[in-house]
Amino acid sequence: MSPTVKLLQGNEACVEGALAAGVKFFAGYPITPSTEIAELLAERLPLVGGRFMQMEDEIASMAAVIGASLTGTKAMTATSGPGFSLKQENLGFAIFTEIPCVVVNVMRGGPSTGLPTSPAQGDVMQARWGTHGDHPVIAVYPASVPEAYELTIKAFNLSEKYRTPVIMLMDEVVGHMREKVELPDVPQIPIEERPRPTVSKENYLPYDNNQGDVPPLANFGDGYHFHVTGLTHDQTGFPTSAPAKAKVLYERLHRKIENNLDDILMWETKDMEDAEIGVLAYGSTARSAARAVSLAREQGIKAGLMRPITIWPFPEKLITQYASQLKSLVVAEMNLGQYVNEVERAAQGQVPIKRVLQANGELIRPDTILQAIMEVK
Amino acid sequence: MMLAEKYLRDAMMPHMWCPGCGHGIILQAVIRAIDKAGLEHDKTVIVSGIGCSSRASGYMNFDTLHTTHGRALPFASGIKMANPDLNVIVLTGDGDALAIGGNHFIHACRRNIDITTVIFNNSIYGMTSGQYSPMTPVGQFATTSPYGNIDRNFDVCELAKSAGATYVARSTAYHAPSMPDLIVKAINNKGFSVVEAVGQCPTYYGRRNKLGSPVDMLNWQKEHAVNVAAAAHLTPEQLADKLIIGELHNSSAPEFTEKYDQLVARLQGRE
Ligand SMILES: Cc1ncc(C[n+]2csc(CCOP(=O)(O)OP(=O)(O)O)c2C)c(N)n1
Ligand code: SF4
Repeated sequence: MSPTVKLLQGNEACVEGALAAGVKFFAGYPITPSTEIAELLAERLPLVGGRFMQMEDEIASMAAVIGASLTGTKAMTATSGPGFSLKQENLGFAIFTEIPCVVVNVMRGGPSTGLPTSPAQGDVMQARWGTHGDHPVIAVYPASVPEAYELTIKAFNLSEKYRTPVIMLMDEVVGHMREKVELPDVPQIPIEERPRPTVSKENYLPYDNNQGDVPPLANFGDGYHFHVTGLTHDQTGFPTSAPAKAKVLYERLHRKIENNLDDILMWETKDMEDAEIGVLAYGSTARSAARAVSLAREQGIKAGLMRPITIWPFPEKLITQYASQLKSLVVAEMNLGQYVNEVERAAQGQVPIKRVLQANGELIRPDTILQAIMEVK
Repeated sequence: MMLAEKYLRDAMMPHMWCPGCGHGIILQAVIRAIDKAGLEHDKTVIVSGIGCSSRASGYMNFDTLHTTHGRALPFASGIKMANPDLNVIVLTGDGDALAIGGNHFIHACRRNIDITTVIFNNSIYGMTSGQYSPMTPVGQFATTSPYGNIDRNFDVCELAKSAGATYVARSTAYHAPSMPDLIVKAINNKGFSVVEAVGQCPTYYGRRNKLGSPVDMLNWQKEHAVNVAAAAHLTPEQLADKLIIGELHNSSAPEFTEKYDQLVARLQGRE
């Protein structure tokens, strides 16, 4: 059958993607510019056998999502900066206890209440380091409405496959902009499910060290009688403070992400083959960057676009691959310098970096980026 | 089979509670109630927050979830909502449920979601070694009220009732023999149920307030408890320093997950 074509907002596309991925539970608390995701799921979930809960705050929303996921239900929440901050403690709980779920943060200007209806990319580092303690993180970031649809499916897939929460960042522009999206009857992207126990209930270990780096996860209610705790635990799930056992857990948590970067990392490049000036940008800023690159090419300047789609873990390879080839690397982001510091670290001084930073509630315009390209050409 | 063998985890023993702590007594009452209510073992989930009391979940051989401080109820709500066939029991401390978790508590009551909550009230933050809690009476001593507590406490059962919980009861560790029956009724109530189980923390609360041995603290509970029927004949002045125990509230109201099921049925034209 031919796909349905719809004109959708990024937030709506995110909902379509979540439904295609099999989301059956949403808990949230309203906040601009993410609210449409909650509103639409309140409408759609009961129609597909799913359940929606409006919680008393974002802390509770994150908690409810983790609880729901433990019953074997695909679960998500959506918020913006202030709410994302409130979710952090329980987000860390989900990372540490390895409970799949998807957390969408449609970014707005901050800190604090900031610019509720304006775009920003100020939560990039919060996505990486918002919760306390040592933890790996997966965060993806679409630059268009069709990509919001696809990436939501992929976010669920990654969370199930690696037993970890996945953050999907959007900015207000991607969240609210309308674009044409093809919605196939059956998603083109195969849907992943979390690894399931194959051993007897008596022998089940929720953090089994002998089942690869992503141990199978049983459902609450299926008779496995297992314990989940935010205390450091061994493979039985019971708390331990033995350094040797703690080390095993922390290292496996990191390894399950670090050893699968080829699968987890996504990026797009454009005109990079012969590029002398690279422009690195993500989310809606990458659209301005793409335009700036085209304008530069029209003027005979060999510019190219580097767009991380998985922004965490950091795509070192994308940088190292081009660093020695480039004369200059322009990094554009809607904040006063977050991701650029990681880019600089990865580039290891092999290429000078030009910063195009802006935090005023406005999109970075293509001509601003073009001007930076001209300055370094 | 002994109840302990059936419902407790050998691997987690010995437990971390101090000698004379009330938490073990209350846990025993919870286990007796689960057995008495005939809850299906595989379909029962225990959720707790953080605190000495919240360690109870780890000792119980069910699907158990030891969450973050104050957040047991929203975790439990997600479990119950995603799979309403599960029996969900929340074990929480007075600090966990009523300070950091106070807002979640109010909203769980309001929703009347079918969860049974047992509050292990020892009037103190035990885990962090004795700071005052919202249940520490005025004038009492804690590490953070070294000159006597001036921060008013409140009656959680009254709060639960007015916020919409449909079953509310209170008992004490001293009254452990009758506590299971109250918890059974809480479990059988289709809606949000609260049992305040007053216990003792001899290590921090008892010692600092010179309340004597754990036995003395249990005797205090005995002497200050008044059954709800007897309390009806007493004046507010006579009840001022008393703990009214027994079933305090039992009503019926639509339960949240059932309402959602009805909504789904209506939308799908099955109604
Ligand atoms: C977010 C957060 N804040 C503070 C703490 C520290 N903390 C752990 S337990 C606790 C109080 C527990 O008191 P209560 O719930 O009354 O249980 P008890 O230990 O007395 O049984 C506190 C403040 C924490 N773990 N997490
Ligand atoms: S500190 Fe108090 S509450 Fe904690 S285990 Fe000891 S006696 Fe019980």
